[in-house]
Amino acid sequence: MKARVHIFYKDSVFDPQGNTVEDSLKKLGFAKVKNLRIGRVIDMELDYSTKEEAKREVAKMCDKLLANPVIESFKHEILDS
Amino acid sequence: MKAGVITFPGSNCDDDVSDSLKKLGGFEVEKLWHKDTPDLSSFSLIVLPGGFSYGDYLRCGAMAARSPIMEKVREFADLGGYVIGICNGFQILCESGLLPGALAKNLNLNFICKDLVVKVETNESPWTRSIQRGEPLSLPIAHGEGRFVIDDVGYQEMVKNSQVILTYQENPNGSIHNIAGICNKTKNVFGLMPHPERASDLRSHDGLKIWNSLKTQLGLVT
Repeated sequence: MKARVHIFYKDSVFDPQGNTVEDSLKKLGFAKVKNLRIGRVIDMELDYSTKEEAKREVAKMCDKLLANPVIESFKHEILDS
Repeated sequence: MKAGVITFPGSNCDDDVSDSLKKLGGFEVEKLWHKDTPDLSSFSLIVLPGGFSYGDYLRCGAMAARSPIMEKVREFADLGGYVIGICNGFQILCESGLLPGALAKNLNLNFICKDLVVKVETNESPWTRSIQRGEPLSLPIAHGEGRFVIDDVGYQEMVKNSQVILTYQENPNGSIHNIAGICNKTKNVFGLMPHPERASDLRSHDGLKIWNSLKTQLGLVT
């Protein structure tokens, strides 16, 4: 099975990249864009027997290394494949 | 007295800081490898140098903070041993939880490399005890991710314990409250973005004031 993790700066942490890209989009005429945030996507293949176990382990990976809870938040999903 | 300088893959200030410590006198410098787990009890100081450990992959300092040697550094720090993290070393200390907060991308997204002035916020620390409070130090910075971030509760806690050691006179990176260097509650672990080891010679010598404070703390200067 496959897992996908999405990591972003927390809403309380200013994201200069997102802000700059949002400004550029506005200059191109996309006036209705707001709160653009740029994050990181991590895909992985896993060898667990159940989806639940995989989910639990991926959450642990996020806590231990993939995300920094001081400044980042994460979401993770198990992809059917 | 023994000082250990840790080399992570991608560290590039390990030789500079070893050199500075040797020139200071009083320290016998030993280089340590991140994969080893040596007994650190005979050391008086552990240095996490600047650089780009693990190529700054994932987040600056994230992988280095999980290196085998960091467990030993944690034990050493818990027993009151002096640990300094410079630039990437500061990022590693925050990533490992030995220091509060985190370092995010500079506000202007630039890698900033220049001399600037930092102010000593307190001299009630082993790292600044020989410096006047409020004294400006001219030190170089060189980083892309040096914006110190912490929530308000964490910041108030740091203020209460006088953990803010250095602040920028002109904030280069968007750090909250202009923070350039902090220590832990017990003040034996110090992290800073500026490079004192690059300001420890005749051309630029304010970094020596930090090293000399530590030498005084360790009884190497009377």
